[in-house]
Amino acid sequence: MYNADKIIPALIIFFLLITLPFWYSWASGKAAYAPEPEIITQEKQCLETKQWMREKHMDLLTEWKESAVRQGKRTYVARDGREYEISLTATCLRCHSNKAEFCDRCHDYVGTKPDCWHCHTPPEAPAR
Amino acid sequence: MLEKALSGGRRYRGWLVFLGLLTVLGLIFYLRQLSYGLGITGMGRDVSWGLYIANFTFLVGVAASAVMVVLPYYLHNHQEFRGITVLGEFLAVAAVFMAVSFVIVDLGQPSRLFYLALYPSPSSLLFWDMVVLAVYLLLNIVIGWTTLDAEHKAEPPASWVKPLILLSIPWAISIHTVTAFIYSGLGARPFWLTALLAPRFLASAFASGPALLIIMCLIIRRATKFDPGKLALERVGQIVTYAMIVNVFFLLMEFFTVFYSKIPEHARHFQYLLFGLEGKATLVPWMWTSLLLAALALTLLINPGTRRREATLAVACLAVFLSIWLDKGLGLIVPGFIPSPLGEITEYWPTAPEALITLGIWALGFLIVTLLYKVAISVSEETPA
Amino acid sequence: MKVSRRGFLRLGGLAVLGLLIRPAFDSWSGNGVARSSAAARGLVAKKWAMVIDLSACLTSDGCRDCIEACHSVHNVPALTNPKHEVKWLWKVPYAAAFPDQEHAFIAAGLRETPSLVLCNHCERPPCVSVCPTRATWQREDGIVMMDYHRCIGCRYCMAACPYGARSFNWVNPRPFIAEIEPGFPTRTRGVVEKCNFCEERLAQGLLPACVEACPHQALVFGDLANPDSEVRRLLSSRYSIRRKPGLGTEPKVYYIR
Repeated sequence: MYNADKIIPALIIFFLLITLPFWYSWASGKAAYAPEPEIITQEKQCLETKQWMREKHMDLLTEWKESAVRQGKRTYVARDGREYEISLTATCLRCHSNKAEFCDRCHDYVGTKPDCWHCHTPPEAPAR
Repeated sequence: MLEKALSGGRRYRGWLVFLGLLTVLGLIFYLRQLSYGLGITGMGRDVSWGLYIANFTFLVGVAASAVMVVLPYYLHNHQEFRGITVLGEFLAVAAVFMAVSFVIVDLGQPSRLFYLALYPSPSSLLFWDMVVLAVYLLLNIVIGWTTLDAEHKAEPPASWVKPLILLSIPWAISIHTVTAFIYSGLGARPFWLTALLAPRFLASAFASGPALLIIMCLIIRRATKFDPGKLALERVGQIVTYAMIVNVFFLLMEFFTVFYSKIPEHARHFQYLLFGLEGKATLVPWMWTSLLLAALALTLLINPGTRRREATLAVACLAVFLSIWLDKGLGLIVPGFIPSPLGEITEYWPTAPEALITLGIWALGFLIVTLLYKVAISVSEETPA
Repeated sequence: MKVSRRGFLRLGGLAVLGLLIRPAFDSWSGNGVARSSAAARGLVAKKWAMVIDLSACLTSDGCRDCIEACHSVHNVPALTNPKHEVKWLWKVPYAAAFPDQEHAFIAAGLRETPSLVLCNHCERPPCVSVCPTRATWQREDGIVMMDYHRCIGCRYCMAACPYGARSFNWVNPRPFIAEIEPGFPTRTRGVVEKCNFCEERLAQGLLPACVEACPHQALVFGDLANPDSEVRRLLSSRYSIRRKPGLGTEPKVYYIR
């Protein structure tokens, strides 16, 4: 190939740059752990199972937003039939009030910044 | 063909760099606006739209004005417009781009821009304006590029272009009518609540757009070998003349209705604009400047001697452009909010960041025009006549 | 490889159909998020309206109880720059609220009487027609709602409101909230906000904060569609006016004296 001595190194650099998100955290040691959110609440059980929540809490909150704000429906019927008030602050954060040790642990790990907190006030974390 | 935009002399490159720097400056201040909020501008609770929306309104008009050179050529076969139509179309592309950019920088939550498409609201004129502007942008890009490409290859353009061109003619009218409807349907703002607003918009568009086109043709003729032809410039000059006459006539019609009926709800906005209200008169000198420029422009344009002489034509076109920018931009948007619905008089003046962001978008628009025109001119310089 | 135009379009069409796989799978597997039902204990009405008794309302004595209640319950910020002001409920002189009712020889003091103004929750709201994303809409019970998640901050609704009832967050409002009420969200910069007739309190069976806070019972809230409601009783027995009735917006905030 023409100019192989320029193209091949350039290709290698390009490949490294383009795959940066995949190897950076491993290389810097920042992702060498699994996130461990801490739950400090008296309640024994969340609205749904831990696995379900892990997969779907984003969808749940989106649907809650639609239901409470746009349809005026404020009662959520969980899959086990129990009813809860649809409210991020009054329902979810009542138990998970330690945002820094719970919500932020996973969010920071995966690098997302949910902008819910611009408006929804996280409560004061309770004293240990 | 795009590679033609990348080659050019020192003046060309220097011009591009200059515009690029202004654009970057505007971008830096836009980032500051993103982090601080729209409070960085001069807008407020009472005057909630300002320089950005003023420029948006004006530029939609410039974009629509392409129809004034497309229609005579494609519908009525006036051959003298041949060289100019692609310039008009490319100007429309840049103008629509700038107009939409001004809407984006005016949004409080620009990351939610695509909600306009995700949650369409057919009752909202802003929704329809985004639809018609998007289609118009596409139309002009496709038409301009394919006709230029055909000229480049010295063949006739593909047959499917003609219906698109014919569509672009009423579509150009529609974009500015819909923009006028944004304002003219609001019972809350008696200053805008007039059936005459859409005709006023169209008349001022058909004066200001072609005026800019003439100025740019004169510059291009000096800087390159491209010559649109004396007849083309004369014809476009006549179009500017008639459009400006109609525009000023419509303005005088507004003055009559408002000042003869003396209805305070309508009259107070005009009083603020022309004479000031309760001692507040920030816009008064600008409005009178606009009127004087209009008078100067009409004098130079109606008199055939001064219209045909290029130096005076250039002055007249500059006067038309500035006069309409002042009248349709600041002179239309801001007085709509003064006095407020509660009768309060809160004045507006753009802040420095606001002005620099505006300048940045204008620079970006001129950058696009320069690049596209370079391609068009290079093609026509190559193609044997 | 040579693909004909028809072949390409066919392939493309099939590829687009592939986008349907995920939604089909989701609905078949029942993995959608579960249902919700309307609250049982909320206050319901067919047409919420408010009557403000200008003679009982003693804002001229400096009383601001309703305003303080509303603004504190809803985390309305107190901006120092008047251009950036955010207000849901406030006082203006009578002549400003009712420009078509005032004249040179009006009763002593009436012109200057502070009148409470707020969003009128119009029956024919112009702000709702102009919103390009339906971030503001009219609910069935007549309340004109705001969805702060959807607002793109274009401020078209502010231009369309004939009453100046809407405010925009020109800057981040949080630093300007004295004490954040955690039960209600704040807003973020870049969205428009206004009185919401306390729809979140209505859902809990409570009256609007301003109505409850008024020490003079000057604010009455009720159902226009119910002929026995107090709002209807007041409107049928007292002289009532509304702001800018000639515009046809059919405001649902009435003023009596």
